[in-house]
Amino acid sequence: MSLPGTSEGTGSSAVSQVNTRRGTELVLLVISAVIVTFAIMLVEISQENTITRQLFYYGAAYLALFGAAHFAVRKWAPYADPLILPLVALLNGLGLVMIHRIDIAKDTEYAVRQIAWLALSLVLFALVLAFIKDHRTLAKYSFTCGFVGLVLLALPGLLPSAISEVNGAKLWIKFGPLGQVQPSEFAKILLMIFFASFLVSKRELFTTAGRKFLNVELPRPRDLMPMLVAWVAAIGIGVLEKDLGTSLLFFGIVLVMLYIATERAIWVVLGLSLFALGAFLAFQTVTRVQSRVNVWLDPLHHEDGYQLKQALYGLGSGGIGGSGLGNGSPETVPFSNSDFIITSMGEELGLIGLIAIFMMYLLLMMRGLRSALAVRDSFGKLFGGGLSFTIALQLFVVAGGVTGLIPLTGLTAPFLAYGGSSLLANYILIAMLLRISDAARRPQTPAKPKPQQAPIAEAHTELVERPR
Amino acid sequence: MNKPLRRVALAMMAMVLLLMANVTYVQVIQADDLRNGPGNGRTQRAEYAKQRGQIIAGGQSLANSVETGDELKFQRTYPNGPLYAPVTGFDSPTYGANGIERAMDTILNGSDDSLAFNRLSDMITGRAPAGGDVELTINPAMQKVAYDELTAKGFQGSVVALNPKTGEILSMVNSPSYDPNPLASHDNNAAAESWQQMENAEGSPMSNRSVSEIYPPGSTFKLITTAAALDSGYQPNSQVTDAASITLPNTSTPLPNYGGKTCKGSTLTEALAHSCNTAFAEIAGKVGADKMRETAAKFGFSTDLQIPMTVAKSDLGPMSDQASLYQSGIGQRDVRVTPMQNAMMAAAIANDGKLMKPQLVKSTRAPDMEVIDELKPEEMSQAVSANAANQISEMMLKSEQNTKGSGKISGIDIASKTGTAQHGDAADKPHGWYVAFAPAEDPKIAVAVIVENGGDEGAEATGGSISAPIGREVIRAGLQGGG
Repeated sequence: MSLPGTSEGTGSSAVSQVNTRRGTELVLLVISAVIVTFAIMLVEISQENTITRQLFYYGAAYLALFGAAHFAVRKWAPYADPLILPLVALLNGLGLVMIHRIDIAKDTEYAVRQIAWLALSLVLFALVLAFIKDHRTLAKYSFTCGFVGLVLLALPGLLPSAISEVNGAKLWIKFGPLGQVQPSEFAKILLMIFFASFLVSKRELFTTAGRKFLNVELPRPRDLMPMLVAWVAAIGIGVLEKDLGTSLLFFGIVLVMLYIATERAIWVVLGLSLFALGAFLAFQTVTRVQSRVNVWLDPLHHEDGYQLKQALYGLGSGGIGGSGLGNGSPETVPFSNSDFIITSMGEELGLIGLIAIFMMYLLLMMRGLRSALAVRDSFGKLFGGGLSFTIALQLFVVAGGVTGLIPLTGLTAPFLAYGGSSLLANYILIAMLLRISDAARRPQTPAKPKPQQAPIAEAHTELVERPR
Repeated sequence: MNKPLRRVALAMMAMVLLLMANVTYVQVIQADDLRNGPGNGRTQRAEYAKQRGQIIAGGQSLANSVETGDELKFQRTYPNGPLYAPVTGFDSPTYGANGIERAMDTILNGSDDSLAFNRLSDMITGRAPAGGDVELTINPAMQKVAYDELTAKGFQGSVVALNPKTGEILSMVNSPSYDPNPLASHDNNAAAESWQQMENAEGSPMSNRSVSEIYPPGSTFKLITTAAALDSGYQPNSQVTDAASITLPNTSTPLPNYGGKTCKGSTLTEALAHSCNTAFAEIAGKVGADKMRETAAKFGFSTDLQIPMTVAKSDLGPMSDQASLYQSGIGQRDVRVTPMQNAMMAAAIANDGKLMKPQLVKSTRAPDMEVIDELKPEEMSQAVSANAANQISEMMLKSEQNTKGSGKISGIDIASKTGTAQHGDAADKPHGWYVAFAPAEDPKIAVAVIVENGGDEGAEATGGSISAPIGREVIRAGLQGGG
């Protein structure tokens, strides 16, 4: 495959021979378009009992959208990892199929809106790739990012409930009939930029040992400040915005970035202890939390367990092979196209389908982390690690919640679930991961070869001609 | 920073593995428990998602499904619900199904193996999947007359009519009956309310008297005693006792004739024509318990029978001593029969002693009306010899001549036997029975009628006065309606 012309190409012949694997990406995208089209076909057969030509238009539209994304990557991040975009596209496509399937059952039109969000997301995705040529420039705006992120995060909690509360969580800003956005989705990326940059600049401080206790070097008390601030902020989100998922997500990200930056496990131990303390306090004082925990302990018989019970029934009826797309009744689970889309998948695609979906997420995270490992600058490593871990934590909290592994908290499965803000934010996240991955895999411009100089002692005696 | 990054990768893998382990546990190990969990409506929704087949009789639809806008897509409706309730049963999201709805469920819901090809072609052609239809043997004219006759005077009872030659069930009626429509409601509360109402209603309308209730047969059982006698060497003109009363063996208990009168005649024929208790008690005593049991079994007693609903077993009881054998011979003591069994008895005699298996399903059809399966008449047994059957038939003609009650049909000979069964009711109100077939020379209809607790005549009631008129009207309807 020939290298596409890029604005940053060095033009050196050594570089042009590197295989960027963009072709692989395109082939994988086509394969995922075929899978998604086939999936819609199954839904139509079992729900509407007809197959129309419309289906292939859907498939073609899907391919066109991701084809455009592919060309954006090809143009602005040519060395990026070729697996990331197809994985995202397939997850997103399967999510769309399920949203469409539940639309048919409930006579709603979320799939169309999700496609509009997807189109907008892909525009933003391309813009991020086009305008941020080097992820390190982000570090320059770290304080701006941190400030804006904090405002976005705190805003819904401070606004009156009438314009910020949806389903009991004050996480939103409603724009009347235009819709609603969840600013915390964007705040998480902005705050990660700030935190990565902050940790890189203050890295030495955090690694400075404090006193030793039981053979473990504790950090100095004053270095604990950032974590305490994060802890208080997380509790604030939990209390003000009544959403434990977001609270858990933020604290988890801070903790992991702190660990990556300092390489000291003691931060994780301290953080988890604080988390445990916070969770215990919340359990003691907030009835909503008590109810969630009690439902988790006995979902089938607890009076508030309706959602989780229906979700588990869905999973149970799916079994190993699933009911087949369009043949189950995932629509009976509340929020079956958003928070509970994982169990909708589990019902119709079965254990096999769910494991496949988890594998796709795992691959996605691992490719992201691999880019973080390979990139050469500390900021990139930390930021990339944070981005990858965000995907992991979101998945774990939501999928663990709806399948009964951990108490239920409100988060959405990235790319799969219905939700505009989540989609927009996660595509920005993926664009940044691709940017880091591009930097990691870009062949280094060979520096001008330095003239070899032998040590003085071993140098031959040279006859230097006297200038005439 | 690469070392902690690698550890974070391991942690992420562990998180995903935990998720996988958990869903494996839920979807494999817990799956069965979850499927039966409280309030899990998935199977039900799947069941109501497509159009259930119709139940049809004589070109009329007795049960069909209409599309509703709610969560369960199709609701079952029963035009003429109470009239056909003993046949159709109900199909309720709240209470499940019974009757034909339950017995033929796989055909009606389309999941039967015989419909596999239709399911496939539905998928290919894009036609909405639907269940198959069930056509019944019921004759709507006879069903209606029987129901109207029973309910007109508010009787509790049952009518069963059979085609003696094929075993086709021509009518199966209960009174009081119930309306299956409210039970099919998708509103659980509404269904529960009407269920409660019917449970508490007088005369237990939801009990299917025709096949599920067992009654003392009274004198109608003398037909079986007669069959046993003829099979043991008796002739129609054999001499039998005409005593007004006899004493049960080894007791001091008297067993009198009806009204305590001497029998008008001393042959077997006369004894049956006048329903003399003393004669048949002695005959039962002579032929013995084993012979009685064997004969009854050939007429269908104590057999497992599906029509396709399950028919309760009719039974003779223990007959442990001679006295109880005497009493059993006239259909008292522990002898219990279903109206279906009594109709089968009449049908076997009508059909030269050959008992045909009663069947309710005439044909099953795929959604495209193509016939999948058709009724094949099945012989259950040779209850008595053809000769004996004809002799009993002659006796029954005489019995009919002695039977009072209205509704006699001119020009058609009916062979019948009445019964007036005491059942220990405090007010001594007997059950009135009438079993008959007609026309006697070429029987097309066999019928059994029971009116419980003396109908509107109380203690004075006899099978002849309350049940015979109903039986005759049903026969008339059948013969006129081309049955």
